[in-house]
Amino acid sequence: MKARIAIAAAAAALASGPLHAQSTLDAVKSRGYVQCGVNTGLAGFSQPDSRGVWKGLDVDSCRAVAAAVFGDHSKVRYTPLTAQQRFTALQSGEVDILSRNTTWTITRDTSLGLNFVGVTYYDGQGFMVPKKLNIKSAKQLNGATICVQPGTTTELNLADYFRANRMSFKPVVIEKLEEVTNAYFSGRCDVFTTDVSGLVSTRGSRAQNPADHIILPEVISKEPLGPVVRHGDDRWFDVVKWAVFAMLEAEEMGLTSKNIDQNLTSTNPAIQRFVGATGDIGKMLALDNRWAYNVVKQVGNYGESFEANLTPLGFERGINNLWTKGGLMYAPPVR
Amino acid sequence: MRARAAALQLALVAAVLFVFWYVASNTAQNLEARKIASGFAFLAREAGFEIGEAPFLAYSAADSYARAILVGLINTFRVALIGIVLATMLGTLLGLARLSRNWLLAKLAALYVEVMRNVPLLVQLFFLYAVITENFPGPRDALSPLPGVFLSNRGIALPLLAPHAAHAWIGAALAAGAVLAWLLARWARRRQALTGQPFPVFAAGAALVLGLPLAVFLAAGAPFALAWPELQGFNFAGGANLTPEFATLLGGLTLYTAAFIAEIVRAGVQAVDRGQFEAAYSLGLPRRRTMRLVILPQALRVIIPPLTSQYLNLTKNSSLAVAIGYPDLVSIANTTMNQTGQAIEGIAIIMAVYLTISLSISALMNWYNRRIALKGARA
Repeated sequence: MKARIAIAAAAAALASGPLHAQSTLDAVKSRGYVQCGVNTGLAGFSQPDSRGVWKGLDVDSCRAVAAAVFGDHSKVRYTPLTAQQRFTALQSGEVDILSRNTTWTITRDTSLGLNFVGVTYYDGQGFMVPKKLNIKSAKQLNGATICVQPGTTTELNLADYFRANRMSFKPVVIEKLEEVTNAYFSGRCDVFTTDVSGLVSTRGSRAQNPADHIILPEVISKEPLGPVVRHGDDRWFDVVKWAVFAMLEAEEMGLTSKNIDQNLTSTNPAIQRFVGATGDIGKMLALDNRWAYNVVKQVGNYGESFEANLTPLGFERGINNLWTKGGLMYAPPVR
Repeated sequence: MRARAAALQLALVAAVLFVFWYVASNTAQNLEARKIASGFAFLAREAGFEIGEAPFLAYSAADSYARAILVGLINTFRVALIGIVLATMLGTLLGLARLSRNWLLAKLAALYVEVMRNVPLLVQLFFLYAVITENFPGPRDALSPLPGVFLSNRGIALPLLAPHAAHAWIGAALAAGAVLAWLLARWARRRQALTGQPFPVFAAGAALVLGLPLAVFLAAGAPFALAWPELQGFNFAGGANLTPEFATLLGGLTLYTAAFIAEIVRAGVQAVDRGQFEAAYSLGLPRRRTMRLVILPQALRVIIPPLTSQYLNLTKNSSLAVAIGYPDLVSIANTTMNQTGQAIEGIAIIMAVYLTISLSISALMNWYNRRIALKGARA
């Protein structure tokens, strides 16, 4: 893990000449696939299934980009990254997109040289404790030992929260998700903290008996998660941004992977534009005019992705519903 | 000929300098192009994260990145220094055990060496960590083998001597005793060289080293109070606490490095010619003195140089702490890099620190090696 950071740093040092000479979109097209940085294994967001195929909400963002660029959602190669490796991997050009439940913050947007394309999941940080400790509120956690992953906003929010409430805690900081959850489940820590989505996913996929663990009601931070690209390549930024928006827009228009073929001949002008029957939106993105059709046909709309990946683990749509249904998900118009 | 050699060397130096300049300027240019912040200004900013173990230097999330990295450095030193001492002791014992005439002891030591040095250290650390966290009970059902000692998956809680004003004086008495014992030994050696009269240095020295602090302790009214660990809320408070992460790393480094040191010690002793034993015995020296005065000084010459590299290895291997969550220098520098995004600066700090530590150990051991080397021998 250190080695990878060191190599990335060395790559940043050695790469000849400034990178903006070639745009990422051209590089991806000539390479023939999208290189996508994902989580090393977070059920529902990015995790390989029993046949080694990557599945999850974050993975679907990468597949959507591949579908938009190549018309083939499978032209993606995945690089599993830990929380600590992820930014260096993106900065140094090891990956084209970082789609790894990454929180959008001002520091990352500016001094890290990154651009967040949007939000694919609105999250917040929470605490999970074993039920037998009989704890009802995060305010009762004074003196607790808390498992946390390093290099995350989680680690900082945790320290802030305890400082603000004049409480103390002992952190156990382990990088790999498997190791840190093992430490929690073996009782090394009283509490595991990460984004609530991560807690639900961990409880649903790794706990021996999920009912033995409860997630405390306090949500102590805003964690808008979304895909990230490098600063300074606006064309690629646009492609990734609109591939993600296309999934949201499709859900709002009622287009799914099942019904989009019938809608190819729709008379609704908005749908005609979206599927590429009229207009030249694809050309504006330097993509095929059926880019959005390909995304929805091959990957599905946002709701389909959510239901396939997150609903089985016990996730509710909540604030991640469309704005028309009381949530926060809102895509700018495709026109 | 001379001129050509000089020109070649000059060209080589120029090439090396050019490579350095190229890498540095290219890095700066690329960072600039990608709008990534650079420089060391971040060190003064507030770190904002907590550290699990910060002995000797108080630390809170409100402190700076520089202080956080310093805490990491102290943690690295702590585990490396204790590890070096323990590994040397265990390794020496194992090395001598391999040479023992007792068949069982020799074979057991050989088995230990072969197993430990052929299993990767990282695997051993994961194994040890799992053994500690999975097998020990939670703090509420902690095992208590001795009163005041608690074993749980939060580590080992021990009673600690409650601080008292007389402790500083006792420490001073210990230091004074050690200095006096050293002077006494020097005087005795010189007297024996001049007159042949031996002096019971060991007994007198021990009396000085132990007696002086004891006298001060009694004079101060024997202040002996212990701070007992107690279960408070989630964890033990009071007393001393040895965390599972520290115990795992220290244990792993000690057990692994001791296997290598054992082989070095064995090789060193075996490198001394049999004739040296026989000569010493024929002079009538008893076995213990033969070892101390004849064999060990010669064996040390063989032992010290490879031992130095084992010390360096142990120190550098301590960076595997990252894997099990012990907050060493690398772990904290990694977190810093990730929070600030300044990987190149972070890696530079790590490299500079390890280089400094390693060169210091090398310098110290080389100095010691020169002291014990054969006078007049070629280096």
